[in-house]
Amino acid sequence: MLIGKQLAFRYPHHNWIVRNFDIAIAPSEVVGLFGPSGFGKTTLSKLLAGYLTPTQGQVTIDNSPLSDRGYCPVQMIFQNPELAVNPRWRIHKILAEKQSPDRFLLDALAIHPSWLDRYPHELSGGELQRVAVARVLNPATRYLIADEMTAMLDANTQALIWHRVLDYVRSHNIGLLVISHDAALIKRVCNRAINLMQVGTSR
Amino acid sequence: MATSFLPRRPAIRFNRRQITLLSIALCTLFLVAIVFSNRFMGDAGLDPALTQRNQPPSLTHLFGTDWLGRDMLTRSLHGMSLSVRVGLLAASFSAIIGTGLGLMAGTLGGKVDAVITWIIDVFFSLPHLVLLIMISFAIGGGTKGVIIAVALTHWTSLARIIRAETLQVNSSDYVQLSYKLGRSPFWIARHHMLPHMIPQLLVGLILLFPHAILHEAALSFIGIGLSPHTPAIGIILAESMRNLSTGYWWVGVLPGLLLLLAVQAFDTLGENVRALIDPKTSQG
Amino acid sequence: MLSVQDLNITFTLYDRGLAQKQLTVITQLDLDVKAGEVVAVVGASGSGKSLLAHAILGILPDNAQVSGKMLFKGEPLTLNRCQDLRGKAIALIPQSIGYLDPLMQVGQQVQRTAQLSGLSRPAAKAAVDRTFARYRLAAIVQRLYPFQLSGGMARRVLVSTAVVSQAELVIADEPTPGLHPDVVTETLNHLRELASEGKGVILITHDIEAALQIADRVAVFYAGTTVEIAHAQDFSNNKIRHPYTQALWRSLPQNEFIPISGSQPTPEALPDGCLFSDRCPWVTQECQLERPPFLQVRGAPVRCIHADR
Repeated sequence: MLIGKQLAFRYPHHNWIVRNFDIAIAPSEVVGLFGPSGFGKTTLSKLLAGYLTPTQGQVTIDNSPLSDRGYCPVQMIFQNPELAVNPRWRIHKILAEKQSPDRFLLDALAIHPSWLDRYPHELSGGELQRVAVARVLNPATRYLIADEMTAMLDANTQALIWHRVLDYVRSHNIGLLVISHDAALIKRVCNRAINLMQVGTSR
Repeated sequence: MATSFLPRRPAIRFNRRQITLLSIALCTLFLVAIVFSNRFMGDAGLDPALTQRNQPPSLTHLFGTDWLGRDMLTRSLHGMSLSVRVGLLAASFSAIIGTGLGLMAGTLGGKVDAVITWIIDVFFSLPHLVLLIMISFAIGGGTKGVIIAVALTHWTSLARIIRAETLQVNSSDYVQLSYKLGRSPFWIARHHMLPHMIPQLLVGLILLFPHAILHEAALSFIGIGLSPHTPAIGIILAESMRNLSTGYWWVGVLPGLLLLLAVQAFDTLGENVRALIDPKTSQG
Repeated sequence: MLSVQDLNITFTLYDRGLAQKQLTVITQLDLDVKAGEVVAVVGASGSGKSLLAHAILGILPDNAQVSGKMLFKGEPLTLNRCQDLRGKAIALIPQSIGYLDPLMQVGQQVQRTAQLSGLSRPAAKAAVDRTFARYRLAAIVQRLYPFQLSGGMARRVLVSTAVVSQAELVIADEPTPGLHPDVVTETLNHLRELASEGKGVILITHDIEAALQIADRVAVFYAGTTVEIAHAQDFSNNKIRHPYTQALWRSLPQNEFIPISGSQPTPEALPDGCLFSDRCPWVTQECQLERPPFLQVRGAPVRCIHADR
C-alpha cells in the first residue's frame, strides 16, 4: 500500500501548494486524479514519487517511509518525454539506465530495434514516450505515477501506451496513479477517481 | 498552373559542414604555424643591422625593418609565438579555475554557491584592466606576472556559464529521474553532467585565448608585462608609437595586423567548433 | 484563401562525418482554407503538422527544400511574400508563453505585434486595449510579465497577439494540451469567433476531440501526407473514409479505446506505395504499388483506393 498521509508542501516563504492531502493506493489498483490547474497535481505526484520532500506529513510504502537512496519503488512518468531523457544519450543507453528491458516489453510497446541507436531528437514525441515508459517498467517498480502521460500524444499512440501500461500493471501487481484532464480517459482506465475540487486540499 | 510557386530555395551547393571543418583546420594551422614560426625563422632577424635601418616592406624584409635594422617579420612572429603560448597557459589556468568553481557552485549549492557567486560578482564589478594591472604589478611583472594576472581575471565568465549549466542540468527531469532510478551523485556527474560540460568548456577555452593574448599585449604595451628585451607583440607596438608619426607606418601597422589576424583566427575557431558541437546548429 | 497542393519538403542532413543524405519529411501534402472557416489539422507527432505551419510562415530552416504549390488569396506564396505577410495577413498563435519575451510586459509585446503589422502607435495602443477588453483581460494585465499569467490568461494573451495584427489567416499551433477542459473550450471558442469574423483559421492539434468541437473540416495527416480532409460531422456520422482516420477515431477513450499496432514509418524508410499500407487492415497488393492519389469519396477527398467500400 502506498500511503500519503496529511501531505502538505510549500517552498520556503511561499504559499501552500498542497495541504492536508490523504491518499492511499493499493497494489494493482488504478486511481485517477483530476482537478483544475493550480491545485498542485504535479506537486502531489512529485511528493509521492519522492522528487520533493513534504513540508508536513509523510509518504510510506507498507508502513515504511520512502527512502531517498537507491531505486525508488514509486516511479513517475512525465508529460514531456523530451525533457525526461538525456538529449546526448542514445536510446539504448536511456533504456538501460536502470536495467535493459527485455525484448518482449520492447515489442509490446512497439519500440522498433532500429530506434536503439538513435538520439532522442530523432524520435517523435510518441515514440520517445514509449521509451520513457519502458525504462520504468521493471521488477523493482511497485507503484507508477502517470502525470499527464499521454496529453501530448495522438489518440492512437495514447491508446497503445495505456493498453500496454495497464497490462503490465495488472500482471505485475503494480499500483497506478493517473493524473489527467481527460475525464473520458480517467473513466476508461481507472478503478476509482479523486476529484481535487472535493477533497481537503487547497492552494 | 503547372509551375511551382513555392519558396523554393536553391539546392545547397556547399556542404556547410565541410566549410566549418575547413575553417577549423585553417585557423588551427595558422595558429600552430605562428607558435612554431620562431623555430623556423631563427634568431638572425633579431640582431641589429644598422646598415638596414628603417627600410619599408620589401621582398627581403616583408614587414620592413625597425630603427635598429631588425627584421620586423621575424620580431613579430617571435612576439606572436610568445603571446600565443602565454595566452594558452593563462587561458588554460583560467578555464580550470572557472570550471572548478562553476561546478562547485552548481552542485554543492547553498553557502558555497553564495560565496562563489559573490566572488564572481566582485570580479565583474572591478574594471578588468585595472585588476590586471594591479595583479601583474603586485607579482612584479614579467611573464609570470602576466600569466597569473590573466588567469586570475578571466575565469569568471566561464565559471558563470558552467555554474548555470550545472544548475540547469541538475534540475532537469532526466537527472532528477536518474537519482530516482538509484544512480549515485558521482555516476550522474560522470554520465549526465560531464558530457554536457565538455563542449562548453572547449569552446569557452578557445574563446578565452584572444582575451588572454590581447591583455598580455596590453600589459606589455604599458610596460608592466614582459620585459623590454623579449620580442613580445605588446612591446613592438609600444615601440612603434614613436615611429608612427615619423612615417614608419610598417613597424606598427603590420605587427598590429598580425595580432588582429591571430585573435580573429581564435575567434573563428571557437565559433566554428561551437557550431559543430551544438546539435541545434550542426545540421545548418 | 489558402491553398496548399502537393507540398513536398526535403531536408539535407549530415549523416556520419561529411556524408549528406536527403530526407523527405513531407510528401504530397494538401490543405485548403476558406475565409470564415476553421480547418483542423490532426495527426501524430512527426506527421508534418508543424512543418506545414513553418512552410506557410516561411520559417523553415535553411537546409529544407520545398516543392509544390502554395497560394494565398490566389497569389503564389513565395519566400519573400511569406516574410511580407508574416505577422500581418498571416499570424501565428504560439503554443505556449515560452514564445513571449519573458522580460517584457505583455501589453507592450502585444502592442509591438500590432505596430509591426502596420498600425500606428496610437492605433496599436487602442487595438491592444480593445482586444484585451474583448478577452476579459483587465487593464492591469497589460503591465504583467508572462510568468505572472495564469494558464487561462496566458491563452487569452496569446490569442490577442494574433487578433491585434488584423490577420486574415490565423494559425494556432497546439493551443490546448495539458489545459483544463474549461480553458480548452474557452480557447477553442475564441478561434471559432475569429472564423465568424471572416478570418481563416488553421487549428493544429493532436487532439481530435478538441478539433471536432469547433472545426468545419478536419485534415488528417499521416507520415507527412494528407490522408483525408473530412467534414467535422463525418466523424460522429460514421462517414470518415480513411482507415487511419477511422483508427484514430476508434482509439479515443470515449469510443472503443483500441489502438492499431505499429508506428508511423520514418522518413528514412517510407513504403513505396500507400504510406499507411504497413499498418492498414484493408491492404492489398495494389496499395503497395504507388502512392494513392486524392479520390473524392462521399463528398470529400481521401488518399485511399479502398475508401469507397
